[in-house]
Amino acid sequence: MNSLTRTENQALARAVLELDVNNHAGVMSHVVGLFSRRAYNVEAILVMPVGNGQTSRIWLLVNEDERLEQMVKQVEKLEDVLAVRRHGAEHEVFIRLEEFFR
Amino acid sequence: MSREAPESLSGAQIVVRLLERQGIRTLAGIPGGAILPIYDALSASTLIHHVLARHEQGGGFMAQGMARATGLPAVCMASSGPGATNLLTAIADAKLDSIPLVAITGQVPRAMIGTDAFQEVDTYGLSIPITKHNFLVGSAEELLQVIPRAFSIAASGRPGPVLVDIPKDVQNQLVEVVEWPAPGCADPLPPPAADLISRAAEMINGAVRPILYLGGGVVHSGAASAAVALAEKASLPTVMTLMALGAMPVDHQLSLGMLGMHGARCTNLALDECDLLIAVGARFDDRATGKVAGFCPQAQIVHIDIDPSELDKIKTAHVGIAGDVGAVLQRLLPAVEAARRVDWLARVAWLKAEHPLRTPGIDDPRTPYGLIRAVADCLDDEATITTDVGQHQMWVAQAYPLRRPRQWLTSGGLGTMGFGMPAAIGAALAEPQRTVVCFSGDGSILMNIQELVTAAEEEVNVKIVLMNNSSLGLVFQQQTLFYGERIYASKFKGMPDFVRVAEGFGVPAIDLDGASDPRAALAAALSARGPMLIHAGIEMREQVLPMVPPGAANKDMIGG
Repeated sequence: MNSLTRTENQALARAVLELDVNNHAGVMSHVVGLFSRRAYNVEAILVMPVGNGQTSRIWLLVNEDERLEQMVKQVEKLEDVLAVRRHGAEHEVFIRLEEFFR
Repeated sequence: MSREAPESLSGAQIVVRLLERQGIRTLAGIPGGAILPIYDALSASTLIHHVLARHEQGGGFMAQGMARATGLPAVCMASSGPGATNLLTAIADAKLDSIPLVAITGQVPRAMIGTDAFQEVDTYGLSIPITKHNFLVGSAEELLQVIPRAFSIAASGRPGPVLVDIPKDVQNQLVEVVEWPAPGCADPLPPPAADLISRAAEMINGAVRPILYLGGGVVHSGAASAAVALAEKASLPTVMTLMALGAMPVDHQLSLGMLGMHGARCTNLALDECDLLIAVGARFDDRATGKVAGFCPQAQIVHIDIDPSELDKIKTAHVGIAGDVGAVLQRLLPAVEAARRVDWLARVAWLKAEHPLRTPGIDDPRTPYGLIRAVADCLDDEATITTDVGQHQMWVAQAYPLRRPRQWLTSGGLGTMGFGMPAAIGAALAEPQRTVVCFSGDGSILMNIQELVTAAEEEVNVKIVLMNNSSLGLVFQQQTLFYGERIYASKFKGMPDFVRVAEGFGVPAIDLDGASDPRAALAAALSARGPMLIHAGIEMREQVLPMVPPGAANKDMIGG
């Protein structure tokens, strides 16, 4: 987390990204590296294998700023990223997880 | 897949066979412990010529020279640890200039990964941000997919470097190979959107003061003649980025030469007046645009690029077309009306006459521009020109009559000093029929001077024109112009005797400073076959002008 207070953080617009990716070592590193090298904070991450485990789904909660469009395009270019879907902050994937973080 | 009698092969043998099947005939590298199995297999290859570099970065730039000269993916190799870290600069350079490169590195055995083993470094992790994609190979079997895929990724879409890290035990692992995969080649691209092409054509047809802005993508796509055809049909004054030089012959009547930080005044002033900018395979790099808000302030923008993430990255395009620029230009050409644009071309001609590129001393071979012109006078368009990075690079970009795509090989995006000579060696290895001239400086040449011995060993037809101003010239220039003439750490006190250095490495050398007739000496040196170093002293206070101060708008140029 950055130095913003919890209330300030909640006031920022958020986006939820849903990525279908190949499931092997290094894929997470490729994805989060794109964000970290732009000093773009990823607020929350969730990953689980899907189906037979050949692919995984990564959920990212990020702040919505003017760079997000470019970030999504960069993520789509990654060889191991099969699809990227963008959702609003109201998506419940992280909301439902909140009980594990109390 | 092609089916042959099953063979039991090691991972190393599989790598070599796949490279042979890929059509690789020359590669550059340096062996070491963790890649010795591959080198052992390579020793048995009758098809592949291995060029022994003297530093892995040199090997990486040799491969880049091959790839830039031909457009095909080229291969470099290094061992684990320092071998791999030494390669990184050449890989990053390939990433920024979109050069198809396949780097193969040895890694410690899988069981030792993560133990801080001897010469272990996280090559995979280190190379993530500087490659298009990278692999850490987990089994010999996987190589059958990974190697062709590496070539395919390097060549597909926007080209780029791919790294394949292969642990030593994987290289030694034996597997039964029943079927060989097809060589990796570029994946086909979807055709560009027809409606966007119509809209772009409408904008071009409706524009009063359009300018065509060509980038390196035009060269990569093999679209130079299509770009020139579009410019001619629609009467489009044309500017080129550093990477695109040669796409349109510089003496073409529509050519305004290079734009940006060291472009001619007329070029940047014409851009300032244009009402439509047609960017083709260009990425609005800061050295080209200057202060972005001041770049083509009145213009609508058509942006054509193979990489969708380039569209709207720096400047929002009114029409952005994702696609191979060659394919887009081919469809755009019939949709664009022939136009004469008499007023606009007259205005551009006036700007050119009023604010031309000034090249003082062009008739005197003892000045920077004069030396470059004298070299060009000895050569034809078949020669390939490479440069290092610094003042000499900008002078050559401004003044050398480049007329052919892939004639010009330079480190644009990363701006790597030390690029020029090994890249020239690679270009000469790939196209031995050509004369390859490397313009370098006394700062740059020392950053990969060890490859002189490789040039001698391979007897490549490389001529190094060393413009020696006893300083880091661009640093000296910036300190002079923008740091109150506080010259610090940019003047060399000790200066090697470069003629003796070259001769010591086995490369013949001449010193133009001592020649009574420098033109005759140049002509003789450039026409002899084989490597040669040509030393020429340059006045330290010579500047590359005009110059856009860092952070300023292009129209606010100094000098020239």
